[in-house]
Amino acid sequence: MTTAAPAAATTILPPRRLIARTLGAPGAVAGSIILAVLVFGAIFAPLLSPFDPNATRVCPRLAAPSFTHFFGCDLFGRDIFSRILYGARLSLAVGLLTVAISLVAGTIFGMVIAFLGGRVDRIGVRLLDVMLGFPAIVLAILIVAVLGVGAFNAALAVGISGIPRIARVIRSATLTLVGREFVESARAVGASQTRILRRHLLPNLLPIVIVLGSLDLGGAILSTATLSFLGLGAQPPTSEWGAMLSAGREFMRYAPWTMIFPGLALFLAVMSVNLVGDRLSHVLDPRASGHG
Amino acid sequence: MTMPWFIRRILGIVPTLFLTWSIVFGVLQLIPGDPVMLALGGTPASDEVLDNERRRLGLDQPVYIQYLTFLKKMAVGDLGNGYSSKQPVSEMIAARMRPSLELALGGLLVGIVLGVALGIAAGLRPHGWIDTAMMSSALVGVSLPSFWIGMLLIYVFGLQLEWVPILGDGIDALILPSITIGLFLAGGLARLIRSALIETMTQDYIRTAHSKGLSAVRVVAKHAMRNAIIPPITLLGLQFAVLIGGAVVTERVFARAGLGSMLIDAVLTKDIPLVQGLVVYTTTAYIVINLLLELLYGIVDPRIRSRRA
Amino acid sequence: MAEAPLLAVESLSVAMGVTPVLEDVSFRIAPGETLGLVGESGCGKSVTALSIMRLLPNPPGRIIGGRILFDGTDMLSLDIGALRAIRGDRIGMIFQEPMTSLNPVYTIGDQIGESLIFHRGMNGRTARSETAKLLDLVGIPAARNQLDRYPHELSGGQRQRVMIAIALACRPRLLIADEPTTALDVTVQAQILDLIGRLRHELGMAVLLITHDLGVVAEFCDRVAVMYAGRIVEEAPAAQLFKQPRHRYTEALLHTMPAANPPGRKLPSISGTVPAPADRGEGCIFAPRCGFAIPRCANELPPLTEPPHRLRCWNPA
Repeated sequence: MTTAAPAAATTILPPRRLIARTLGAPGAVAGSIILAVLVFGAIFAPLLSPFDPNATRVCPRLAAPSFTHFFGCDLFGRDIFSRILYGARLSLAVGLLTVAISLVAGTIFGMVIAFLGGRVDRIGVRLLDVMLGFPAIVLAILIVAVLGVGAFNAALAVGISGIPRIARVIRSATLTLVGREFVESARAVGASQTRILRRHLLPNLLPIVIVLGSLDLGGAILSTATLSFLGLGAQPPTSEWGAMLSAGREFMRYAPWTMIFPGLALFLAVMSVNLVGDRLSHVLDPRASGHG
Repeated sequence: MTMPWFIRRILGIVPTLFLTWSIVFGVLQLIPGDPVMLALGGTPASDEVLDNERRRLGLDQPVYIQYLTFLKKMAVGDLGNGYSSKQPVSEMIAARMRPSLELALGGLLVGIVLGVALGIAAGLRPHGWIDTAMMSSALVGVSLPSFWIGMLLIYVFGLQLEWVPILGDGIDALILPSITIGLFLAGGLARLIRSALIETMTQDYIRTAHSKGLSAVRVVAKHAMRNAIIPPITLLGLQFAVLIGGAVVTERVFARAGLGSMLIDAVLTKDIPLVQGLVVYTTTAYIVINLLLELLYGIVDPRIRSRRA
Repeated sequence: MAEAPLLAVESLSVAMGVTPVLEDVSFRIAPGETLGLVGESGCGKSVTALSIMRLLPNPPGRIIGGRILFDGTDMLSLDIGALRAIRGDRIGMIFQEPMTSLNPVYTIGDQIGESLIFHRGMNGRTARSETAKLLDLVGIPAARNQLDRYPHELSGGQRQRVMIAIALACRPRLLIADEPTTALDVTVQAQILDLIGRLRHELGMAVLLITHDLGVVAEFCDRVAVMYAGRIVEEAPAAQLFKQPRHRYTEALLHTMPAANPPGRKLPSISGTVPAPADRGEGCIFAPRCGFAIPRCANELPPLTEPPHRLRCWNPA
């Protein structure tokens, strides 16, 4: 057997059709538009933002929204609109990093324990069960306690705490593949274990991995923002939505915009990602497409 | 042997507890820096003082001895002393338990009332307007940052309308945080009740109940709900378990001095025994409540009782 | 029929979504009489039973025409309150699946006593002693000790006895038994049928017995109605129908009975399948499978003749 695993085991649509089918629902269209605006804003933040996000006293402290400062100003006289644009950069990047960590580690862990089976699998599952017994936020906080605070560490913490969930799904998906013919025949012709994992199992797991990732991204953005809100993530003066909300909390009586707009940005970002991810998972769902 | 399943389940949590505590210990071993320096709060000290402190904390022992001592102490509820306060962690937790427990109960109450009402309304009429509204807003609901909702509630009902106080220990100060927690709880609960109810309502025994001439209310309340209730109970129990460990975010938003805020402060001040004690407390509560839930299933559903017997 | 019927189903038509499943179904049951409703699975027997009690899940089930007169009242025009007063009180019903028809989380005493409390206004204690009597009646020994048992602790036969106790709790005038023995072992089947037969006489109630098993009908029913693809094709007194079936479908059905064939040989079966509603022509629905079809059969639907031997066939035996 020289070719990769038969493509018949899973259906991966060509990208153009995938996009077309994903956009086949109104929620997904709305989500895609909001997401596109946010991504555009994030990428071109330096060009789009009217002020330096970290420059203080570009306007009066806690000034209300106006035509020059769309979303008003914070305690240090920084332009909230500019800070939200830069915050989009950070949140999206951090969200992607987080999901990447969970997916890569979770997939490898789940795939390997299912493939090796026996005692390795039993111990692995036991470990996963115990890890899943930790409330997610507590696990993330525990990891921050080890790593220390900061935007990157918060992303790492949320990413690591997401591993068990991914690993469990991938493990059961792998189990259904391990008994399949193409794996058996690869074994029969003496393919090495790493080769079977890489060439035969991984490609077949990819649709599930993508689904899991698209469903997790929204939650990851939300969780890292939550850690920042708690003071465990991005630290001032970084433009980060959670941290901005935390600062805004103090002044909402006088300047509610300091918390309304960062919260709205966070909400829209998470919702748009969830809307697109939900639809994408429907389109890609291996069960719905007649797999397994 | 009376009630062997009961005892077997209780014994069954011992390895889980052991593994969980081991993970907490293992993770906290990874904290960089000398624990003794952290314990002394960074105050400069002579080598002699450091050595004494090290010996007092048992940190001069090899790691495996420390590990065994840790397990032994956890098993008898000795969580050690906090670095910053020098007080026993168990006492510190006990002192802050009340605000967290109040909030947990308040949130649970709001969540149950709202979630049960919505879940039943949606489950009895799948694709009716309540169901459609609920299912299509579900994605919006899970996307809302709870701390933002909390702040909006404070702003609207506390600061603008001035209906409720936003600070204090009174029961009225509990309203907004309870709603914040309850809203999120209700979303998940309603969806679970909905699907459990939809499934249950198609069962043969529901038809039997109708054939007896029972009223629709009685059929749902008596015959359907008791069968549909296990998944929602599970969700509520586990959420409650998380909440009694402190609603970390909501406590922060509403400046409530519960276990959640204590955990954050402990992490920020690198008070390792306090972090360790709080995490051990939370996870243990989670495991114990899980066990209680399983025992409860046996009461709700007689089949589970006899399957284990 | 000289006596006023207890139940008269008149031109009942039912659809599942847009698919018709019952068309122009009519039959009568006199007080104390037992009518067997037979046919292959999917022919509409159970839909008929559920329609009488108005228990057909809606959607997708919809009664689109006809009347169901029980003791002179049209069941289809009753409001839900009046309907509930009849259900479980004057009409009792037992179902095919005793395994799933009892609520797994309540004791059998509770489930039987429920109707007594609801319809007879009994208090818990009276209902309990009445329930114990009912269990005795349906042949569950040591009834008092059994009241607190749960369905999963009973065998299939015992569960069906409990179902019968539920259906008979209020001494109904009509018992609808929808395939009451299909899910049970053969020996248990006979016991349950004997039980229903005995109670029918003791309580003087009419029975609508729905079954695909002609053997059951032969020894049990006064009259038999044969259904095929949502229509009644033949109806006659039991003895007459078995001695002299006239519809070709009835005839074929009788040939498939184990008793009609020498033991050890493979049972004959009716060739072909019931055509899907979309594929049905204007004529007799059985025509495509019928060995005696004449040209008219394919083009024109035969009408149902008048009692006592009703028949829907152009070329009867």
